[in-house]
Amino acid sequence: MNIPLGDYLMLSAFLFAIGLCGALARKNAILVLIGIEIMFNAGILNLIAFWHYKYFATPTAYLFAIFAISIAAAESAIGLALVIAVYRYYKSVTLDDMTSLKG
Amino acid sequence: MEHVQYLQLLTRQQWLIPIFPLAAAAIQCLLKRPARKLSAALTISAMGISCVFALRALFATFGGGEHHEVERAVFNFTWFNFGTSSLQLGFILDPLTAGMAAMVAFVGFWIFVNATGYMADDENFTRFFCFLSLFAASMLGLVISNNLLLLFISWELVGLCSYLLIGFWYFKPSAAAAMKKAFITTRIGDIGFFLGILMLYWKTGTLALYTRDALHPGALEQASALVLRNGWWGLSAASTIALLLFIGAMGKSAQFPLHVWLPDAMEGPTPVSALIHAATMVAAGVFMVGRMYPLFRADPGGGVMSFVMWVGCITAVFSATIAVAQFDIKRVLAYSTCSQLGFMVMALGAGDFVAGQFHLLTHAFFKALLFLGSGCVIIGTHHEQDMRKMGGLRHYMPITFVCYVIGMLALSGFPLTAGFFSKDEILLATFHRNKWAWGLGTFAAFLTAFYMTRQIFMVFFGRWRGADGSHEHDHDSQGGGTHGHHEPHEVPWNMWLPIAVLSVFALFMGWVGTGWFGGNLFHHFLAPEEVPSQDSSLVFWLSIGAGLLGILAGWLIYGRQTMEHASDQDPLSVALGSVFTFLNRKWYIDELYDATIIRFTAACGILFRLVDKLVVDGILHAIVWVAWGISQVFRWLGDEFIINGGFDAGCEGMQLGGEELSHLESGRVQNYFRVLSLGAAILLVVYFYFST
Repeated sequence: MNIPLGDYLMLSAFLFAIGLCGALARKNAILVLIGIEIMFNAGILNLIAFWHYKYFATPTAYLFAIFAISIAAAESAIGLALVIAVYRYYKSVTLDDMTSLKG
Repeated sequence: MEHVQYLQLLTRQQWLIPIFPLAAAAIQCLLKRPARKLSAALTISAMGISCVFALRALFATFGGGEHHEVERAVFNFTWFNFGTSSLQLGFILDPLTAGMAAMVAFVGFWIFVNATGYMADDENFTRFFCFLSLFAASMLGLVISNNLLLLFISWELVGLCSYLLIGFWYFKPSAAAAMKKAFITTRIGDIGFFLGILMLYWKTGTLALYTRDALHPGALEQASALVLRNGWWGLSAASTIALLLFIGAMGKSAQFPLHVWLPDAMEGPTPVSALIHAATMVAAGVFMVGRMYPLFRADPGGGVMSFVMWVGCITAVFSATIAVAQFDIKRVLAYSTCSQLGFMVMALGAGDFVAGQFHLLTHAFFKALLFLGSGCVIIGTHHEQDMRKMGGLRHYMPITFVCYVIGMLALSGFPLTAGFFSKDEILLATFHRNKWAWGLGTFAAFLTAFYMTRQIFMVFFGRWRGADGSHEHDHDSQGGGTHGHHEPHEVPWNMWLPIAVLSVFALFMGWVGTGWFGGNLFHHFLAPEEVPSQDSSLVFWLSIGAGLLGILAGWLIYGRQTMEHASDQDPLSVALGSVFTFLNRKWYIDELYDATIIRFTAACGILFRLVDKLVVDGILHAIVWVAWGISQVFRWLGDEFIINGGFDAGCEGMQLGGEELSHLESGRVQNYFRVLSLGAAILLVVYFYFST
């Protein structure tokens, strides 16, 4: 079975759009974080797809993908910690409530 | 020929003599307070090295007498050029320099050793030794200079160091006053000295003393030419310059009208007194006169020599009478120094250059000995300086006692000691010049012997009176036992060794300067071309007689019946009454100066202050008001309206704009994100639009 590159890219774009919608539209901070993670994974999928079709001979992209996933894990840990810190302060995880930096 | 070249080489290396103490001073001013051992070691070893170089120079100058002229080598060099003229400095090596340098380095060395003991408890030990090193270095620099400029620089450095050291304990008001007094009084003399230097330069065009160059002769080599030129006050140029220079020497060597600073200089630590009185400060004046002697002697009819002689003579008698009535152990010695300097100056004025310099050298040894001895006494009696509260010290401090007696005998002119020969030479020279001056000089010699004997009996004989008075109240509690910690004690070896060494010289040094052993060695060494004064048995026996009579009188008045209590009347004050008080108050000279010169100066000060307040300040204030008025105009017109207004408007605009723009900052993260996404989308669209 041979899936063309375009399909991968379509899937990746679809995932990215879902993530972006989530990040922009949801009010809950945790769900916004989930949306950001989805966008992240769309990017990684894109990378792997391009590698598979263009530079299959070298294993570099694997390493990058694993690297990026582990960084994403660390980043989401920080993000969740921030959400908890924010919750402790505001007693809420709704982003619209957090307007201290309003000009 | 080889000897001449060797001498020339040594002259070129004369700077080696003062450079070591100078370097030691430079290093020590960077040392911290606790570095006491290092500081003392530096000072003493630097002085030792200087002493070696000075002795090398001294030995090289021996034996010049064969040619019946002085061995003199000079080395001149250019310090810097300005325009077409240049400033010269130079070194000299002749018997006068060599003898003085060796004396300064040697006596200074032993004074430094003694100072390690005297200053042992002082917390500013390193500062003290730094100043001492600088003092010795500047004096050595003065001695080796062949140039009035270098001499003047060193001269002022010597004055500065004495100022710093006299006021070493500046927290005592008396010391602070004494340091100022010393500096200002010598400064009055220095005005004369400086005028003399300027006039010498004006008349001869050079400040070098000797050049050994017929085309560009040095100042002293032109002395005979200066006699023919006119100076001031109807004197010849040579006499005028000599007189001006002598005024400088009067300040430095504490001659009569300017002597007031020297006794007050006792406020410094005792090693400083020894250094000032023996080797450095006061010796500088007499040495300078000796160095410039060709100028003094050039004009026999000029009257300067007589003036010099009479100033010396008056100082000798005058200070000796004061010394008789003093109770402070150091103050007696201080007036004695004044008196002895008077002798030296008298000899110079009488025309016997050798006798004056000889007395300068011998006096340096026994006066250093006496001062260090008095320092030992002061330390031994726990900082007591009043002779009435001493007594009986010969039992407690035998070594100091023996050395002190040797110094006293030498100063009194006891036969065969150093002072005897040198004083005899002076009196002989004066005798041939002026009988009155000779008579007064002999009287001063009598007084010298008298007050020194008085001091010896008050300090070392009788019974210990230190427990009197201040400790009477706790007499009962001690149960009659006077052996408290206030008992006098002998000083440590580093204090008595120097006086022991110096006392050897005080005893035997005079023998080089007498004709008794087949020719006067010192005379031959210093001035082979001059004929020694004619011997006179009258002078000889009278000077011996004066000394012995003084000692006898001292014994009669103070020795037979020593003082019992510190509060006892001085036997002489009972006999002399108000005269004694007059002498004790130093002829009221200080009071006289206070009432006349100082009051006059203060009145001038008040007057000038008024002028300053009314005239100078008035003009200044007027200018200030005008400037202030102008500035007010500019302030309202220019500053407030144009500059401030413009800036304020600009600032307000900025602030308003900022406030408007700040509303964009809603604080909602998702808003930012939305704008960001929108921007990215627009960029993407634009990109695709233009790429296709």
